[in-house]
Amino acid sequence: MSDAMTAADKGGGSSSLYLDRIRTMRHVRNGKERIIEAILFVAAFCAVAVTVAIVAILLYEASTFFAHVSLVEFLTGTEWTPLFERASFGMLPLLVGTVVTSFIAFLVAGPLGFLIAMYLSEFAPPKLAEVLKPFLELLAGVPTIVYGYFALLFVTPLLQKIIPGLPGFNMLSAGLVMGLMIVPYVASVSEDAMRAVPMALREGSYAMGATRFQTAMWVVLPASFSGVMAAFVLGVSRAVGETMIVAIAAGQQPNFTFDPREPAATITAFIVQVAMGDLPHGSIGYQSIFAVGLVLVVITLFFNLIGQMLRRRIREVY
Amino acid sequence: MNEPRKPESNAAIVTEPLKAETRKFNFYYGDNHALKNVDLPVAERRVTALIGPSGCGKSTLLRSFNRMHDLYPGNRYEGEIRLYPDDVDLVSPTVDPIEIRMRISMVFQKPNPFPKTIFENVAYGLMVRGEKRRSVLEEKVEEALRGAALWDEVKDRLDDLAFNLSGGQQQRLCIARALAADPEIILFDEPTSALDPIATASIEELIAEIKEKVTILIVTHNMQQAARISDYTAFMYLGELIEFGRTDELFVRPRKKQTEDYITGRFG
Repeated sequence: MSDAMTAADKGGGSSSLYLDRIRTMRHVRNGKERIIEAILFVAAFCAVAVTVAIVAILLYEASTFFAHVSLVEFLTGTEWTPLFERASFGMLPLLVGTVVTSFIAFLVAGPLGFLIAMYLSEFAPPKLAEVLKPFLELLAGVPTIVYGYFALLFVTPLLQKIIPGLPGFNMLSAGLVMGLMIVPYVASVSEDAMRAVPMALREGSYAMGATRFQTAMWVVLPASFSGVMAAFVLGVSRAVGETMIVAIAAGQQPNFTFDPREPAATITAFIVQVAMGDLPHGSIGYQSIFAVGLVLVVITLFFNLIGQMLRRRIREVY
Repeated sequence: MNEPRKPESNAAIVTEPLKAETRKFNFYYGDNHALKNVDLPVAERRVTALIGPSGCGKSTLLRSFNRMHDLYPGNRYEGEIRLYPDDVDLVSPTVDPIEIRMRISMVFQKPNPFPKTIFENVAYGLMVRGEKRRSVLEEKVEEALRGAALWDEVKDRLDDLAFNLSGGQQQRLCIARALAADPEIILFDEPTSALDPIATASIEELIAEIKEKVTILIVTHNMQQAARISDYTAFMYLGELIEFGRTDELFVRPRKKQTEDYITGRFG
């Protein structure tokens, strides 16, 4: 105790330790800390609040819809005709439209994005990779409306030459172009995961006499597996939520079919259609967009949960 | 087998058969002249230690032996590294680096097991060679794990991920991985610098056993370790090989002033 006093006294009034000032500042310091903490908490809380609010509004609005339409009819009905005199609200056509277009998109973006990532991360000379990456990011920056018309006016005519009798609106063209759109996302997230694999692992593999390809497939891929899976999930989520391309190129008629050559409406395309004013505000048909919106949120949530589970199961220790 | 050794050369210090030898070996990282006229003999089935302060080029020299520098652009070898008994120059551009890496294994500073099972880690070198017969793989994996004194600890969990092992076990796994490939030389790059003293002791013990069968070249910044485990020691400084000698002589009667200063702890 007395030792401490003398130590503090030695510095005198202008102690190099500024002990007096440090002590008087204590309350100010604590106050400041608390304010900063509060601001940060509010910022973090906002994100959570918005998410909760969205879900709450969807649930509330959907509940007025489900007061008129039974959940069973909604989930199992195969006719979606909210504009008809005798409207029916079976959402399966919309769901199938979303699943088919997203699946086609995934078939394009999964393998292509993965291969691009593998090439950029493991095979391309660093200088070439530096040139290629901005192009890839450019692809991600193209507005989706441009993709939509690209599908309708370029890809569809091209496909019509291969598949005679293909309608002007079809899920195939929309799905393919949507796949192109999400390639950069899948490639970029996968590549980040592969780049994060420590060089020591690659060197270990090369030192055993492995080739580049063996190293990429047997060491880099398992080491970055969760990241690659996350990329796929992210890509599919984007495809499920994508609106403009399917609204323009797949047509907007709800059509219960798994045939990708057929036109169909997706959940998002239907929401756009309603939002553009085809249905009177407050009608049951209008309320239905909240119900299908809820389904969309649930699907996305489902994919994210799968992604998280994969992440946890195949977890690397870096 | 080898050419007659000039009496003044480092090679003349080794009176037993050589496994490899660098001759007027130079290495460049781009414009950086990292190794200068290195003449290093490597005695067969002996431990040769490379010591020297950080940045002296000892790791660079070690990594030349399995052509690791080929992985990065802008690197250049000059001079020769002869590998015996077939007397090939392993840094020659006509020699396939993959063949060299299959003949010369490496154990790294930090244990770097692959994100695979224990079994797959050890079998890696054989899988790379296209070996798929389960019976052959099982036999080789067991032999290598026994060789690395790890078999008893892991024999019941060969299908566990290698990450679940402790640091010392991981490093022994990496040694097993190297052994399973039946290498002629194993290169050790500061293999115990990330390990605790007990794990270090077990690795050193292992090296003493392995050298019965395999030639060992080891980089270490721990002089006691070099003195304990090696038969020959090379002291390097600023990219040059300052002194090479039998370990028992070099540490007791260094011929060069720089060597003496380093091993007595005056710098480094």
